[in-house]
Amino acid sequence: MFQYYLVLILILVTGTVINRNHNIRILLLALFLSVQTAITIYACFHIDAEEAGGYFSFDSLGVLFLIVLTILSYTTILHSYIYLRHRKDNSRNQSMYFAALIALIGAMTSVYLASTIGIMWVLIEVTTLSVAGLIYHERTHLSLEATWKYVFICSIGITFAFVGIVFLSKALQEAGSVNLAFNDIPNHLQNVNTFWLKLAFIFMFVGFSTKMGLFPMHTITVDAHTVAPPPISAFISTTLMNVGFVAIFRTYSLMAHTSILPWMNQILLWCGILSIFVSTVYILKVDHLKRMFAYSSLEHMGLTAIGLASGGIGYFAAILHMVLHSFVKASVFYQVDQVHRVFKTYILSKTGSYFNKNTAGALVMLLAFISITAMPPSGMFVSEFLIFRSLFESHHIMALIFILLLLTMIIWALGKNIFSMLFLPSVEPNDDINVVISPWESATQFILLSFAIYLGLNPPAVFVNLIQEAIKNLPV
Amino acid sequence: MINILLITFLITLFYVAIANRLLTYIKVLAFQGVLLFVVAFIQLKEINTINLILILMETIFFKSIAVPIFLAYILKRNKITREAEPYLSNFVSLIIVTIISVITILLVNSIKDTQLDKIFFVVALSALFTGIYFIISRRKIITHVMGYLIVENGVFILSLAVGSEMTVLVNFGIMMDIFVSVLVLGIFVNRIGDTFEAMNVDNLTNLKD
Repeated sequence: MFQYYLVLILILVTGTVINRNHNIRILLLALFLSVQTAITIYACFHIDAEEAGGYFSFDSLGVLFLIVLTILSYTTILHSYIYLRHRKDNSRNQSMYFAALIALIGAMTSVYLASTIGIMWVLIEVTTLSVAGLIYHERTHLSLEATWKYVFICSIGITFAFVGIVFLSKALQEAGSVNLAFNDIPNHLQNVNTFWLKLAFIFMFVGFSTKMGLFPMHTITVDAHTVAPPPISAFISTTLMNVGFVAIFRTYSLMAHTSILPWMNQILLWCGILSIFVSTVYILKVDHLKRMFAYSSLEHMGLTAIGLASGGIGYFAAILHMVLHSFVKASVFYQVDQVHRVFKTYILSKTGSYFNKNTAGALVMLLAFISITAMPPSGMFVSEFLIFRSLFESHHIMALIFILLLLTMIIWALGKNIFSMLFLPSVEPNDDINVVISPWESATQFILLSFAIYLGLNPPAVFVNLIQEAIKNLPV
Repeated sequence: MINILLITFLITLFYVAIANRLLTYIKVLAFQGVLLFVVAFIQLKEINTINLILILMETIFFKSIAVPIFLAYILKRNKITREAEPYLSNFVSLIIVTIISVITILLVNSIKDTQLDKIFFVVALSALFTGIYFIISRRKIITHVMGYLIVENGVFILSLAVGSEMTVLVNFGIMMDIFVSVLVLGIFVNRIGDTFEAMNVDNLTNLKD
């Protein structure tokens, strides 16, 4: 089944590249969405089935993030359509944009479902290439700079990950195995030289964290956000970070039963704390709307890493946090597009009185602020609370206090910027702005945000089961 | 035989550290490609014909002929000055590359593993970190790309060290090489050359807080 999906994606990408007709493009996108939905539904009913000769499998972690991706591809394609219509791009650019978008979604789907480490690694490289085309969409000096940095650093990252895989296979060879499948590797890692495992983990962690956007590789993601079209920012900050998370999570669970577990936890913990620290420092002085939200993503990735590091309920909380963060952050970035259309700028000090100009959009911003700062009733309140609980239970009291202090500063900075945009009149008023934005364009954001609240406060049993299945192989 | 080849490879890294002209860099990269082919040919004993052709294409045609010609073409087309313009002097570069090799030798020697091809790991890791050092310490974008190519050569050696039993890994490495190099070199270096007058990283500092 999955091989047909890949073939269909290839055909659709080629079709979108060649096609210049507006109506056929919409038809192709609709076709793509139905293919994507079909594979998602098929995956939901065939959990743990092997696909395409054992190279892919519908395991719970992959299926969970696949569902998130499929929901977000509907909204992202919708908002991309709105974005391109307002930019009045020519037909060729629109074709390239949607072709890259379809390729990106297909590549991310395959990364989630890949069941051997080599395939996953190749597909992560494909996501870099396809997202590079999207970041470069506006074709300015700045977007060239950001794309160059993104491609170059991601390539170095992917090289590092490859070095990690080589070390891992060295360790496997000692144990007499040449199988690089995720469910087979842990059986052979019991008695191998831990030196190889440590090298493998550190290289793979650094390599994949270029995708997840963790410290110290966060800068390229932040730069990419600055220039990427807002619907693409929504993807970079959510599903693409999920790609990095899935890769790191799988690497972590491979080695979770060896003696290097405490060492891995230390590394994850420090990376998480440093990520939150860096994000606090920058969020306090940032004056660019999208960079502000990019640093907020960095903070949430840090929290997820900390959740993984502290174990216990933290594993559950980390995955829950990624899912909820995806819905919330995606709706924030869809909304950023409207803000840009109203004010023609992302610079925060030039914005103001957003409530008078676009009431529905301002309500989304307000709700999103409550959600990303994890105030109740936001769903992320639950996941962050669980992460803090796991930190407390694993006796990291000092780390917990430090993180809570940093989070307070982040809430203050976000609140200051967002509230001044919403309620205060602009410092340099620009009265000739009279862009009318239909409230219907904010409908998807309301749906996603309320979905995040629902999943956090009253998670359905199916959802909890999927997460429980995904973490069942980790030590308690 | 392999030892001699690998040590020659290590020496080329020192040579790059003190080289002044960009053409020298290109020649060294081409030479490294030839070295890699011979090493791969000797190291991979049970190799089938298809894999051999693939490795031949990768090392000789791609690394030693196509990429150097293309780099020289970029140099000419974008009228890049011939000096490498490092931030640090050649002497300091040499010292740093030496320190990198010494550290990797110490690191690899600390592994207690009898059946280990130590020299492969020493040379591969040295190339990896030296390449990253070149990326950090040079001002031109084209030298960044050359640094990245050195990193990739290091990774190629590393995959050879474990590749005799896992040829699939070597193939993955080759795929990555070609994929990334074509993308990075072909599209972006040209585009950056068109957009910015001097291809220096000093031009790439507009994105900041």
